[in-house]
Amino acid sequence: MKFIRKQVDKIKPNFEKGGKLYFLHSFFDAVETFLFVPNKVTQKGAHIRDAVDMKRTMIIVVMAMIPAFLFGVYNTGYQHALATGAALDFWSMIGYGLIKILPIFIVVYVVGLGIEIIFAQIRKHEVNEGFFVSGFLIPLIMPVDVPLWMVAVATAFAVIFGKEVFGGSGMNILNPALTARAFLFFAYPAFMSGDKVWIGGMLKGEGIIDGFSGATPMAQAAEGSTQFVNGAGNALSNWDMFLGIMPGSIGETSTLAILLGAVLLIATGVGSLRIMISVLAGGALMGIILNLFAINPYMELPWWNHFIIGGFAFGMVFMATDPVTASQTAKGKIIYGVLIGMLAILFRVLNPAFPEGMMLAILLMNVFAPLIDYYVVQGNINKRMKRFKHAKA
Amino acid sequence: MEYKLKIRKGLNIRLKGEASKKIKEIEAPDNFAIKPSDFHAIKPKVIAKPETKLKIGSPVFFDKNNPEIVFVSPISGTVTEIVRGEKRKILQINIKNDFKNDYEKLEVPAYTDSRERIVEFFCKSGLWQFFKQRPYGIIADTKLVPKSIFISLYDTAPLAPDYDYLLDGKQKLLTNALYYISSLTNGNVYIGLRKDSKLLKAFVGINNINTIEISGPHPAGNVGTLINKFDPINKDETVFTLNAQDLLHIANTIDKGYFSAERTIVLSGSEVKEPKYIKTFLGASVSNIIDGQISNENCRIISGNVLTGTKIEKDGALGFFENQLCIIPEGNEYEMFGWLLPGLKKFSSSRLYFSFLTPNKKYTINTNFHGGHRPFVMTGQYEKVCPFDILPQHLIKAIIVKDIDKMEQLGIYEVIEEDLALCEFVCTSKTEVQSILHEGLELMREEMS
Repeated sequence: MKFIRKQVDKIKPNFEKGGKLYFLHSFFDAVETFLFVPNKVTQKGAHIRDAVDMKRTMIIVVMAMIPAFLFGVYNTGYQHALATGAALDFWSMIGYGLIKILPIFIVVYVVGLGIEIIFAQIRKHEVNEGFFVSGFLIPLIMPVDVPLWMVAVATAFAVIFGKEVFGGSGMNILNPALTARAFLFFAYPAFMSGDKVWIGGMLKGEGIIDGFSGATPMAQAAEGSTQFVNGAGNALSNWDMFLGIMPGSIGETSTLAILLGAVLLIATGVGSLRIMISVLAGGALMGIILNLFAINPYMELPWWNHFIIGGFAFGMVFMATDPVTASQTAKGKIIYGVLIGMLAILFRVLNPAFPEGMMLAILLMNVFAPLIDYYVVQGNINKRMKRFKHAKA
Repeated sequence: MEYKLKIRKGLNIRLKGEASKKIKEIEAPDNFAIKPSDFHAIKPKVIAKPETKLKIGSPVFFDKNNPEIVFVSPISGTVTEIVRGEKRKILQINIKNDFKNDYEKLEVPAYTDSRERIVEFFCKSGLWQFFKQRPYGIIADTKLVPKSIFISLYDTAPLAPDYDYLLDGKQKLLTNALYYISSLTNGNVYIGLRKDSKLLKAFVGINNINTIEISGPHPAGNVGTLINKFDPINKDETVFTLNAQDLLHIANTIDKGYFSAERTIVLSGSEVKEPKYIKTFLGASVSNIIDGQISNENCRIISGNVLTGTKIEKDGALGFFENQLCIIPEGNEYEMFGWLLPGLKKFSSSRLYFSFLTPNKKYTINTNFHGGHRPFVMTGQYEKVCPFDILPQHLIKAIIVKDIDKMEQLGIYEVIEEDLALCEFVCTSKTEVQSILHEGLELMREEMS
């Protein structure tokens, strides 16, 4: 440990002001603080500080996504095996999944972190950890057959126009990962909502069994089916869908894996339980309303079924809870969450243009979150003003 | 009236190095110093030039803006030096003790005398500077009549002295002083005490004095918390505040008839060999207190508690309002993958380190930031440690953008730095909350004057 520190101290002067490699100082700084918590001590204010920092907070979110990631790897291999009629051998499924998914991760991190470091350099601040999380989220909400160049373009768009133009981490209005997803959705709509992109290898079509369908339960529901089937035409039980053995974006299919992540987020207090419960309640409320006034098969889909198909669970646990883009006040979080849940189900069922409503519901509420906060804060102000008037009278 | 107050929001930082219930009396040291910077927002004008002989209670300087308020010598001796900084700003006035203990005799009025007479006595005797006013947390304006006065005899800050222990047996002195103090306001005097405090009985049933039995985590015992819960400050209103030690100085001075500079502080912190109570004097050099007491040379000596105190040197002087001398390790070292390790030895108010599994363990916390400064990301953190009916994060943001109307609307008059110190402690983004609030308060004061 001391050896590494010595080496770092040795090369450090090169990256400081006046050094040869000063233009790389943000990058050096990012690597150094990754390896070592800095030796900076308090100068004014409180002499001691909580051990928590942004790196710790963000790494917990990434850890919470690990179950969804692992299941995504497995499911990618499984769906591919199903589509090609290959033997359902565990390790070859995992191998296939990793070969499909890891390149997406690499592209996202290289493009995203590259842009982050450039901006940090220009703006002269430290590289923020926010992209740790965004970079992990983006692959998990991509369809597995998405071309890598699209991933690169979407990531660049999300980081630059979703985040950096507003001032960087902490200042953005929209969730960067969802911005990347929305960008692809609207830029390449035919591609992103087709039936082929969800299963590895189906776009090329080599070795795919005849008549195999890659339609997700969401797409099937939009077409009026309430008995979902997998690609081979076998019925999907609710249990299958809860476990996540169905086509869908890489990390969104397994409600179970997502709930494992939710447990970690709630236990550590990093993810807002208040928002998660509100989203769930809002979704349930809208689901029940639609059930009551059902005039078509999709509206008749039992309200709780919405929670185990599509991206509802993933959005609820990992997207809606993003502290920067969510409401910041306690009351605001409840309003924000309930509206996300309600709108997500409403968009899903009543808007035929968009099979998945969760993404749009969260992005829409990201935009409205400051307005919600404005009224909550105003409530606090009004209380104070009333007291003031009362005291004067 | 007798009230009870239960606070839920807040945080007790569990530090090692709590003082044992033992008072050590130390001899008055050779050197004393008075630092005008301890008294926020005054313009000092020195009366006692170098070589002047002073008695205990002799005026040393006064405030140019309020010449009636004089600051007096805690000791008899000779002024040796007036240390000045940039622009001839007076940093401190050094006094050498002559060990004669001569004092200026005071004419103590009766508490039934007029308010003017009592205010004059407080100003002349050097006691007035103990009264602070809200808004702003500055020395009280002698021309203002506060709507109420708040006194806290319960310090909930980390490693703070136990006033039930320190003040026990002095009830009579204190109640006598309270008669004087209560004549400063036409409203109520509120006294905060620990739940089931031994001292409670002494204050029940006196004139306009109300007692508040407090329970809950820090900042439950701050006068700010009491104000917010019992008589919140509106625009154009003023409240005076006093802390336990200040009340004791007033009580002793009234009793003895000369300025009492004796103060019992607590020497605490993980780097102190034997943490205990120390009987010393206002303005006394700390060198003979900490002599032989430091177990780690790479440490920070803090005059005051770890949240709000000031860093001093080994031969520095105790701050005028401080009741604690705390010594903790400096954190000027790198920690490899510190943010990734389980962190059983790290104190955190969050549950992000495994130390949350040991809720009663005490910790050694050093002065390291434990991370870099970031823009605001996490939300709801400040609210968890702030029992006030205000939105701290929004207030801080209003101050950052210097929006005076919003600052006022969000309740800046009700808080001073110490009340939001915990927000600064818990902040994931390592925001300097106290400095920002300080700037905000200064800005408001300028705008309003």
